[in-house]
Amino acid sequence: MTLLVAESVTKRLAEGVTLVSDIDLRVDGGEFVAITGPSGSGKSSLLYLLGLLDRPTSGRVLLEGQDTASLAPPALAALRLARLGFVFQFHFLLPEFSALDNVLIPIRRRGVLKPAEAEARAMSLLGALGLADDARKLPEQLSGGMRQRVAIARALANDPVLLLADEPTGNLDTKNAAAVFDIFARLAQEDGRAVLVVTHDADLAHRATRRVHLVDGRIVSDERG
Amino acid sequence: MRLLLDLARGMLARRRRQTLVSVTGVALGVAFFIAIASLMRGFQTYFIQQVIDVQPHIVIKDETRTPPAQAAELAITDGAVSINGVKPRDRVRGIRASGEKLDILEAMPGVAAAPILTGPALLRYGARDLSVTITGIDPQRYRRVANLEKDMIQGRLEDLRSAANGLIIGSTLAYRLGVQLGDTVIAVSPRGVTLQMKIVGIFHTGLVSLDQTQGYALLKVNQVLQDRSNVVNQILLRLDDVTQAEPLARRIEARFGDRTESWEEQNRNILTVFVIQNAIMYSVTGAILLVAAFGIYNIISTVVFEKTRDIAILKSLGFTEGDIQALFLLQGAIAGLLGAVLGCLLGQAMIEGLAQVRFATETPAGNDRFMLAQDWRIFAVASGFAVVSAGIAAVIPARRAARLDPVQIVRGAA
Repeated sequence: MTLLVAESVTKRLAEGVTLVSDIDLRVDGGEFVAITGPSGSGKSSLLYLLGLLDRPTSGRVLLEGQDTASLAPPALAALRLARLGFVFQFHFLLPEFSALDNVLIPIRRRGVLKPAEAEARAMSLLGALGLADDARKLPEQLSGGMRQRVAIARALANDPVLLLADEPTGNLDTKNAAAVFDIFARLAQEDGRAVLVVTHDADLAHRATRRVHLVDGRIVSDERG
Repeated sequence: MRLLLDLARGMLARRRRQTLVSVTGVALGVAFFIAIASLMRGFQTYFIQQVIDVQPHIVIKDETRTPPAQAAELAITDGAVSINGVKPRDRVRGIRASGEKLDILEAMPGVAAAPILTGPALLRYGARDLSVTITGIDPQRYRRVANLEKDMIQGRLEDLRSAANGLIIGSTLAYRLGVQLGDTVIAVSPRGVTLQMKIVGIFHTGLVSLDQTQGYALLKVNQVLQDRSNVVNQILLRLDDVTQAEPLARRIEARFGDRTESWEEQNRNILTVFVIQNAIMYSVTGAILLVAAFGIYNIISTVVFEKTRDIAILKSLGFTEGDIQALFLLQGAIAGLLGAVLGCLLGQAMIEGLAQVRFATETPAGNDRFMLAQDWRIFAVASGFAVVSAGIAAVIPARRAARLDPVQIVRGAA
């Protein structure tokens, strides 16, 4: 099933710099896609465009068949809340709130689950990522790898169909980085989500089921397996 | 929304010291406002109370508000008429048909009325001559519109009836004439009538102008003295509801045609001073709260600046611009609310403190302390102003936060 379609997506800045140009991409559920490329090749920009954080200058992005170009900012926000999950290089956990509360933020914002159900869901997500004992701790009491796993739990809070990660292992050591990629692989394989990960680490990229290589804002290779 | 409230609280709690400083700023503004407003309002209320207490609420006089139209003016209505050397008509002055008017007034609910005749006279005792104003009263009615009875230090109001030509005079007047209760003085009016009058009472109001020049006799006696039999030149009214004085005065004047003044009209100069006084008070305390609002602006700006990453992640998680704006407005409102609550407590404490102050002055009314108003509306106005100004102060940083582009922040942090 096709989750995400990009049709001739181009992003130019006002100063005339082209970040990505003429990208055509289809991503199906269950795919684990690594977007690779040298720095400045536009991989992060492409991820933000696909994740509806940014709008393309031309071309369009379809999520689950819906054209997002015509949607107003609040509708995009609603889509991000319900259908997408983000993980960044920096964990971006709110420092005042415990791991559990951080995971609860998107669930509470969506407001579908009752408080008790929401907490149970957040706990099960943290538990699945091996953080059951650390749920009540503040981010500053957790290690870097643990924080990134809390961030992943938060990205999964509303059960998104598409998980987007921007250099999620950039601040992690090899062991933790490998663990994060294992989690991503499992999420794609077992739950039928699509996972898009931007990385410049070729070894990690090979753990993905598909590798899209970008140079100067264009796709130069797209290999599977 | 509960979530936004929790987030706002968390962010403020993190900056405890700064929050405390700006909350204290608001609290001080609110407290000063309350204390000053309470002082001002208290004094004004006290003053008006005194005025209302001493004076009749409405005075009907034997004159018209505008001079009567001259025949030439009536004949030539569309021309410019100038008349020189107009003399008042030679007629007996006084309120016409005062008896009927009195009946009408007394039939009104919540109105007490008393007819009086005032006129000048010379009091002579031995070699001393002093000019006074004698007010002829009907004690039964007069005691319902004025406080003369309360101010009597010797004798009683009723004694006017028991003596032949009884006279009640002010304490200073009695001292200057050298008379005592029971003495007989000679009163001479401008019309040449001379009466022997017996001092049956002495009053003391504390107001020099009254104590020194005022005398009271029976209405009938004064009508004889002034040679104006059956004439009444003022009707004094006292109302159960003071606030009705002005509209009622207008109704009476429209009905009777006699010039009718409410206590508000008679004291308009003082009431105008109060308006200016209030304007000064509001600008001073407003300035304090303005400074406090800058404190709020400062802390919300700082929080927004420090929280750009959190704002970015909240937006990428699916929070809308409206959510973010509400989040920071809420923080401003919380700071404002805390300041208001603290300020109300502090203001109450200041009022309690001011109430302890005693002045070593001997004022006639026996007033040696601040008059303080305890009015919940002062607290409500101060709190409302604090919360609203804190909210407004938070608007600018909140909007800046809402417009932050998460992509740029995420890039910058990576």
